[in-house]
Amino acid sequence: MSLLDVQGLTIRYGEETVVDGVDLFIERGESVGLVGESGSGKSQSALAVLGLLPPQADVSGSIEFDGQQILGADEHVLDTLRARRISMVFQDPMQALNPYLRIGAQLRQILLRHGLAEKAEAGAQVLEMLGKVGLPDPERQYRAYPHELSGGMRQRVMLASALIAEPDLLIADEPTTALDVTVQAQILDLLEDVRDNTALLLITHDLGVVAGHCEHMIVLDRGRLVEQGQTTSVFAAPAHTHTRTLLAAAPRVDKGEVPAAVKSSKILSVGEASVDYRDVRAVRDVSFSVGKGETVAIVGESGSGKSSLVRAMLGLVPMSSGRVVYAGENLDGVVEERAKSHCRDLQLVFQDPISALNPQMRVQTIVEEPLRVHEPQLSGPERRERVTTILERVGLSEKYLRRFPHQLSGGQAQRVAIARALVLEPRVLVCDEAVAALDGSVREQVLDVLRDVQADTGLSIIFISHDLAVVRSISHRVLVMYLGKLVEAADSGTLFAAPRHPYTRALLDSVPIPDPVVVPRRAPLRGEVPSPANPPPGCVFHPRCPQATAKCGDKAPVMRDVSGSRVACHHPNS
Amino acid sequence: MSGNRTIRVTGGILLAVAVLALVGPWVSPHDYATTNLDRILASPSLGDLHFFGTDDLGRDLFVRTMLGIRVTLLVAIVASLVSLVIGVAYGAIAGFVGGRIDAAMMRFVDTLYALPFIFFVILLMVAFERNFFLIFVAIGAINWLDMARIVRGQTLSLREQAFVEAARLTGLSMPRIVFRHIAPNLIGIVVVYVTLTIPQAILVESFLSFLGLGVQEPQTSLGALVDAGVKQMERASWALLVPATLLALVLMCFNFLGDGLRDFFDARHSS
Repeated sequence: MSLLDVQGLTIRYGEETVVDGVDLFIERGESVGLVGESGSGKSQSALAVLGLLPPQADVSGSIEFDGQQILGADEHVLDTLRARRISMVFQDPMQALNPYLRIGAQLRQILLRHGLAEKAEAGAQVLEMLGKVGLPDPERQYRAYPHELSGGMRQRVMLASALIAEPDLLIADEPTTALDVTVQAQILDLLEDVRDNTALLLITHDLGVVAGHCEHMIVLDRGRLVEQGQTTSVFAAPAHTHTRTLLAAAPRVDKGEVPAAVKSSKILSVGEASVDYRDVRAVRDVSFSVGKGETVAIVGESGSGKSSLVRAMLGLVPMSSGRVVYAGENLDGVVEERAKSHCRDLQLVFQDPISALNPQMRVQTIVEEPLRVHEPQLSGPERRERVTTILERVGLSEKYLRRFPHQLSGGQAQRVAIARALVLEPRVLVCDEAVAALDGSVREQVLDVLRDVQADTGLSIIFISHDLAVVRSISHRVLVMYLGKLVEAADSGTLFAAPRHPYTRALLDSVPIPDPVVVPRRAPLRGEVPSPANPPPGCVFHPRCPQATAKCGDKAPVMRDVSGSRVACHHPNS
Repeated sequence: MSGNRTIRVTGGILLAVAVLALVGPWVSPHDYATTNLDRILASPSLGDLHFFGTDDLGRDLFVRTMLGIRVTLLVAIVASLVSLVIGVAYGAIAGFVGGRIDAAMMRFVDTLYALPFIFFVILLMVAFERNFFLIFVAIGAINWLDMARIVRGQTLSLREQAFVEAARLTGLSMPRIVFRHIAPNLIGIVVVYVTLTIPQAILVESFLSFLGLGVQEPQTSLGALVDAGVKQMERASWALLVPATLLALVLMCFNFLGDGLRDFFDARHSS
């Protein structure tokens, strides 16, 4: 008998069916990946298993856990089941932890409330669990409040609280999506190490995570189950077209074609830029340049200063020191102080397309606004002509002109934002995590639009991303930042083949690879990015660096050439 | 779409009440000030056209009630408009300019909040005699504080939105950003807040009139009528029931209208 046996699960909200006849089963101790794009019903299915759907959801089918029917079971029965036998880890640990209770008290509560430990022993048991999930100095974390911990540590606490009752099934809903890639690797390792005999249902959009950590996988598409089976066989021979689309849209960081380096004249350069926000030193002495028709990627984890760097370059925030040179002229101060003709040549696409569009304006008004400012001589029909041309360019037909932003999907909204940025025919386009919020297939379409525009017009692109696999597929050159400093800069071909800086290597090794044949590496880095308000002395990376020596703690390395790459490290890999 | 129905129903009732208040006295043969000592506290009847009866001085209560509605609505709407204009301008400037100017402006608001309101009104009445105009001043003076705080908070968060940054990058001037990108996004919350300020202003006016600090005889308002009605409660229940019911109806409609408008504006933002 399976541990979990779901038959014909259907979830409706009024007329809308979000999950339609899904069958799935999980054996004891097994790990199963539940994959799908947004709106595929993967989280809804998991919530149904826990009996946590809102009352207006109309659920039918059968959910048996260890032979016991859960669907429609008494709340009291579900409560015991959830406490002892099925537990859950959510994407955002801050929402799942009580901000007013110390970590130790929250975990003790779980044990005591359900009679899993005597009062005298509960504390010791909690401490043991905190140690097991790799929290440094468990005694201190026991007394800490959730806000005192970093994101990765909170997720460790969540895992500890989910596993402390030794449940039979652990449901993890995108447990690492909000974390940096090096921390994600640590948490995924931990999940593997500590769950013992607990079966795992891992919900994710990331095929790399499934390939490395799940024995079985299930693919959902718009509420329907389209494929399930052994992870290795699904990856080797996907039967359903949707699975094939998903696999095709999952970029790989370890192989595949890299755009060849571009040799062209410089169009924009930034020299020794620093950005400060009160006591936070967000960016320190970063220099780089972009050539005509070149795509330069800036990668790094949270706190690396990559967004601050380009925002200062564009003049959205003031630069504390440094200079920006565009087409031979200095750009000084914030955007309001710059010449209008320079403003139109540098444009930005934001991460969240919905908040980047004014909710009160229609698509046409949004896209034509830059034209009204910079080309006021245009007549109404001429303006409309320009707007429809640029919308067509990004793959949107005329019928979208009259829509409001909330009537667009995420991908459509991002295209409108790109159209607004491109309507003035800028020379440099900055994409700040512009595809991070999009599903795989939509992301590929948006990247294709950028590639096409670049091929046609010689547009230069600065592409900020934390996703190295996407960066590999689009950029000619890559800059790696860590804690406000540039640590490595190289052509994509060189950087992905032979990373010189230990941090670059660790980043590359942390990215999950969507191929079950590749055995996932153990997390290469310990700990997390320190606070930019108080960066370590010497080389900012030395506290986490596997190759650090005494020198690294004393003296900050400067950028130098190491066989084709520019690297700031005392001990670069050769 | 239930939000839309709430707006239509409550808006319709309010409109009907307002039209009745405007047309009613014009149709009736009686006027609001003429006393008739032969017909003191007459009960409502259709025969002599005293639809709501008469008061203790024999004045026609129908006409007086209609007049009271007019005065109450006028006070409430004018006071809300006063608070709207001052509050939105003050809050938007503080929020958009930010920094020290914002801090100074908001500390001034905090100082005004600290004044005890009734004490403030009584001082005004003592200093300037009883005056219809003072009611607007008094009510406007407290209501704009809330409005300024709400608008400032909203402006602060709008200023940080990505679409405002996009507008800056496009090269839009400050006034253009404020009028085209910030102001339209404030309308929703301002409209909702105004419809919720109106019942508040009505209550304050009624409260002042009930204390005898509001509108003066022979003028009247719903609050003053309720006050008079309470005194005749045992002999002429209608003198209390009619204005009290109308007051409750108007208040309830404005509250529901505010809720309906909030739902309406929320729905436009989420798909």
